[in-house]
Amino acid sequence: MFVQALIGGLIIGVAGALLLLFNGRIMGASGIASLFISKILQRKWASHQQQFELAWRGFFLLGMILGGVVLLHFSDGAFAPQESEASAPVIAIAGLLVGMGTRLGLGCTSGHGICGISRLSLRSVFATCLFIASGMATVYLMRLLGGK
Amino acid sequence: MNTAQSLPQAFKSVIISLFSGFLFSIGLGVAGMTNPKNVIGFLNIAGDWKPALIYVMIGSILVYSLAHFLTRKLTSPIAAPDWSELPKPGANLSVKAQFGNILFGVGWALAGYCPGPVFASLPAFHSSTWLFAAFMVTGFIFWDFFGSKIMRIS
Repeated sequence: MFVQALIGGLIIGVAGALLLLFNGRIMGASGIASLFISKILQRKWASHQQQFELAWRGFFLLGMILGGVVLLHFSDGAFAPQESEASAPVIAIAGLLVGMGTRLGLGCTSGHGICGISRLSLRSVFATCLFIASGMATVYLMRLLGGK
Repeated sequence: MNTAQSLPQAFKSVIISLFSGFLFSIGLGVAGMTNPKNVIGFLNIAGDWKPALIYVMIGSILVYSLAHFLTRKLTSPIAAPDWSELPKPGANLSVKAQFGNILFGVGWALAGYCPGPVFASLPAFHSSTWLFAAFMVTGFIFWDFFGSKIMRIS
């Protein structure tokens, strides 16, 4: 558990380092995904620069999907993604909160928690402390209410 | 971007993006972060606490800090003209952003998903993951198109 988490973390670090050193971009899942979608909806694909902005984000997301496919079949599914146990309405609300919250807060666990903290960004250290604290408070309250 | 990016550079950059996304998913899966139980377990400090997420962050911050140090040695990224796309240092601790961080934490805890693991989990075709992704994207779009009109504090 400990070793796997650490090795997984090192791999994530390498993924972020590649994007930083080659492309000069931050590996933030919420930013990459949301900008990819909003740039398409705003039809920002006319110039070469705009096409590049779409392409690198699109290929990053495609890479993530391909990685997910490998996880699903690698070592007999030992690393296969698992389902959330929350009920459908809770999942829908959670998705909406994560979507809106990461846009307002300009980042999520990868962008703020990994890249931002490593870059010693005060904004990211603040953000990470806040979302971990509010997450812990939420789990605590749910346990109180749910009696688990 | 200030200066134009050459076509070979853009091509290299897009291939790196594909590989980076791929590695990101593999790392998340190996670390157990595509299992919502491990995420909620980390947030459950008053109960059966699972510290795995801390080790994931230690591992990734270790490597990424080194990369950040290297950016100071390089005059430009290897496949891009300059560093202008990186967020500027200097704090922007707006009330709006802190409100967003809190909202994100609540959603993260309710389902056990944050944006990265959701994309890595899509190929498994679990209904809960796709439902979460659909509402997360709705949330993205909502704020990108209407958010600034509704919330003017900053």
